[in-house]
Amino acid sequence: MEALVASAVGLLTAAGIYLVLRLRTFPVIIGTSLLTYAVNIFLFGSGRLLPDAPAVLRDGVDVYTDPLPQALVLTAIVISFGMTAVVVIIALGSWLSNDDDRVDAPALQQENETVDPRA
Amino acid sequence: MSLFLIALLPFLGALLPGLMILAGRQACFGATFLVTLTALVGLLTHAPAVLGGEVVQAQLAWIPALGLNVNLFLDPLGLFFAGLILVIGLLVIYYARHYLSRDDNMGEFYSYLLLFQGAMIGIVLSDNILMLLVFWELTSLSSFLLIGFWKHLPAGRQGARMALATTGMGGLALIGGMLILGQIAGSYDLTVILENREAIQASPLYLPALVLILLGCFTKSAQFPFHYWLPHAMAAPTPVSAYLHSATMVKAGLFLMARMWPVLAGTEAWTYIVCTAGLLTMVIGAFIAFFKHDLKALLAFSTISHLGLIAFLLGTGTPFGAMTAVFHILNHAAFKAALFMTAGIVDHEAHTRDIRRLGGLRHLMPITFAIATFAALAMAGFPLLNGFVSKEMFLEEALHTTLYSSPLLAAGVATAGAIFSAAYSFRFLGHTFLGQERYDYPHKPHDPPAGLWLSPALLMIPVIGLGLAPFLAEPFVKIVTGAVIGDPALVPNYHLAIWHGFKPPLYLSAVAILGGLLMLLAFNPLMRAWDATPRPEAKSIFDGLIAMSVRGANAFAERLHDGTFTRYAALMIVTTTGVGFYAWVTGSTLTTSREMLPLSPPAVAGWAMLMAATGFIIVAHHNRLAVLMLMGIVGLMVSVGFDYFSAPDLALTQISVEVVTIILLLLALNFLPNETPRETSGMRKTRDAVIAGAGGLAAGGLMYTILRSDFPAPSISDYHLANSYKGGGGDNVVNVILVDFRGFDTFGEIIVLGIAAVVIYAMTEALLRSSVRARLLNRGYESERAGDAHPLMMVVLTRVMMPIVLMVGVYVFLRGHNEPGGGFIAGLIVAIAVLMQYMASGFAWAANRQRYPYHGIIGAGVLIAGLTGIASWFTGHPFLTSAFGYFRIPPLEEFELATAMGFDLGVFLAVVGAVMLSLESFSRLARRQDDETSDYAMDIDPSRPEEPEPLGTLRQTPREDS
Repeated sequence: MEALVASAVGLLTAAGIYLVLRLRTFPVIIGTSLLTYAVNIFLFGSGRLLPDAPAVLRDGVDVYTDPLPQALVLTAIVISFGMTAVVVIIALGSWLSNDDDRVDAPALQQENETVDPRA
Repeated sequence: MSLFLIALLPFLGALLPGLMILAGRQACFGATFLVTLTALVGLLTHAPAVLGGEVVQAQLAWIPALGLNVNLFLDPLGLFFAGLILVIGLLVIYYARHYLSRDDNMGEFYSYLLLFQGAMIGIVLSDNILMLLVFWELTSLSSFLLIGFWKHLPAGRQGARMALATTGMGGLALIGGMLILGQIAGSYDLTVILENREAIQASPLYLPALVLILLGCFTKSAQFPFHYWLPHAMAAPTPVSAYLHSATMVKAGLFLMARMWPVLAGTEAWTYIVCTAGLLTMVIGAFIAFFKHDLKALLAFSTISHLGLIAFLLGTGTPFGAMTAVFHILNHAAFKAALFMTAGIVDHEAHTRDIRRLGGLRHLMPITFAIATFAALAMAGFPLLNGFVSKEMFLEEALHTTLYSSPLLAAGVATAGAIFSAAYSFRFLGHTFLGQERYDYPHKPHDPPAGLWLSPALLMIPVIGLGLAPFLAEPFVKIVTGAVIGDPALVPNYHLAIWHGFKPPLYLSAVAILGGLLMLLAFNPLMRAWDATPRPEAKSIFDGLIAMSVRGANAFAERLHDGTFTRYAALMIVTTTGVGFYAWVTGSTLTTSREMLPLSPPAVAGWAMLMAATGFIIVAHHNRLAVLMLMGIVGLMVSVGFDYFSAPDLALTQISVEVVTIILLLLALNFLPNETPRETSGMRKTRDAVIAGAGGLAAGGLMYTILRSDFPAPSISDYHLANSYKGGGGDNVVNVILVDFRGFDTFGEIIVLGIAAVVIYAMTEALLRSSVRARLLNRGYESERAGDAHPLMMVVLTRVMMPIVLMVGVYVFLRGHNEPGGGFIAGLIVAIAVLMQYMASGFAWAANRQRYPYHGIIGAGVLIAGLTGIASWFTGHPFLTSAFGYFRIPPLEEFELATAMGFDLGVFLAVVGAVMLSLESFSRLARRQDDETSDYAMDIDPSRPEEPEPLGTLRQTPREDS
């Protein structure tokens, strides 16, 4: 089971990074969302996996899941919504005012190309 | 008065002038004057004790772990400087009242002045060197504001920048030096450091510390080669020049050298560095001053020269030198402040400061002339004025100083400096006031009203008084000297007197005055020679250096940060992965000791869906709508996964966030193109795939290792499990952590969430106010519109569901403390219920029925959460301590009430408000010109008596895309 979770984190991270490196705003936003999933599962996983353990206190139970990563991830999920929304409005603003949804500043990029052909 | 109050008064008082200016200039001046006067009175109440040998202290632990404490102390040296700052401050404030014109913002000026005054008082009272550094930087910043006070003048702005760059750079060096010093002494308390002379001077780090500290002092006190900023700072209003550049700020460097004298002075390095810089500064400053035509520039260079003189005296490292330095600081402050004020008066009256356009003012401005005469002659070292006494002592000290194994070098240079000094003093006086009265002044000058000349006139009291009876100052100077050298017993038994008999210093003084007179007589040929000599221009060198460092910084920064987001994202990821890999290889790794959990079919199925969906996203990411659907699958599987691994709270949160996120992205796609163009080359894709693969492998591998290994240290979670019920009164530990254990975090988080929503709102507003608005309103439709945009079935269904969903929200909220649920989840559920109404009946319809603005809901949420936290203060507990109890009202079962619920209510409201405000903002962008606000909830309503034409049929042909 651990291998499944780890491979999921790995693939989500890889997909997230790949999309973050695209040139348009929308894939970059999707990429950060995928990275958010990966990071949240990662944090959650730091409490180790424990299926079928009670999440709330019960009489006569000794083994519980780790509540601390859960609490941290819970707020992280909500905050990530706020963060996504802000990034989306920035992307929208740029698209609506300039008809441009590229993430790289075009002027600088051109300038840079003449200076540094590797860009 | 407590030392804290004395140091704080100017800072608190700095708020007053800005407000009092509303009540008029006199009120503004009065408030400023009173603040300074109060601080001075407070200081003087300590004077008897301090002069009696006591050291007044005030201590407050701030960050003791870092050695940063707000410790203040007042010894004679501090008293001397603080008194100087406040007394001259009073005179300058009075002078500025009459100097500033109606166009100048007096409130702003006095606020800056008080800020500066507070920073200076802070420097001289600090016992902790870290505090001292903070105040030191504050003087640089507030003087920047003062020098650039006339913002409309380019010279003012440039001068201010130059001063800030130079003194700020010195400040950085000083920080380094002070930290080293603190490390050697083992304490950042000045009183402790001052007792560790041997340890510090023996340390191999003594020399670096000394050089760094002296860099700070030299830049602040305009010592060669950092003297260039002072003349350019003369673009400031004259009261500023009189205060900062004669009496206080530039003396801060000297103060620090005097303060550090017991531990730093006396070594060969100290003597050579400080004496050399001091003598060079003195001669160069005095020589240049002679040729300056601008009255203030002349005075600025003369100030540089005198600062050099004092630095030299401190540099010799002898008690006599220290004593002379103290006395000369006092004398110089008196006559130089007066001279600056005089220059200001001349400028004010004649509308020029150019000496070449002045002359013969003595009959037109007799009072000003009298003041200028005394002050300038004191500066020249003329007998019976205070400058004479200290200058003689200076020559005496120079005669006894051997530098570079030459006993005559110091004396020779000192005499040259004294000659130049006399020369520029005579020029100041002679070329401005003496000579023929002219008829071409830019403005006919006459003596100003008393408001302007009173301050410099009062300064003539010490100038003449100490000149005639220097012995009056002797006890005070000796006490201060004792504080400088750290041992009152070592104070030289020398009497401040006018007459010491026919001795070498007297001859040298006579030589200086005669030489000065001769130079003035030969002024014209000297001036021609000066003009013909090429010499480096400090400002162009400085500008060149700045331009060079800007180019260097740009060359460096633009390589990393050239506006290409993808490039630095790639750089960051590669670096992070690389550093992580290095740590992995070199560090000790966890051992995989945990047994693998057995696979279960549902888990494998979920995993397969998640992996497949993620894979498809990568392959098909150009089709943006498809990506959103795949994202839905990923989100759903993550939620299910959380639930599978015993985290129901996370599952509930994730799934509701998923809903609002998808709605958000759909709204965004409404504007953004639906396709991502294919524009990257194959090589670029391969490169990105390699980076992504490495990053994914690293994250996955790390995850696997962590999951397979046990906790390397006992987890703090056990504490939370054990105390959740006992201390927080809840069975749901996750919720108790959120609202109780880590309530402060949650409080911050809802604030962040609220800020994010308000940012979105603000950006929407900005967009809607720009030209974008017209385009948005008039844009066409990309595809044919639905004839029935608000369908009956959906409207009816959402309306019926609304109360049920709200009930579920309330239920989830109430059970949150003991069962999975809570404010975050309930907030999301309620937000979704409201969202459904927007989707079913349209934005305008729903918005018309929304009674409370969402900003208000966010604000109410944060406020309720905060007030719940504060309420625990009233019972004497820290912020956000929760109380709870169990109650029974007869027909109901026993139930629990906890104050944490109030906090959770705040969380709930903030989440509802933030989610709704964000989505509402996006919807506002989506409005079009021809949107009609319908009073009906649905477009086709069979029960409506008169069938209106459905909206969609009005426009059957889609418009051309704009």
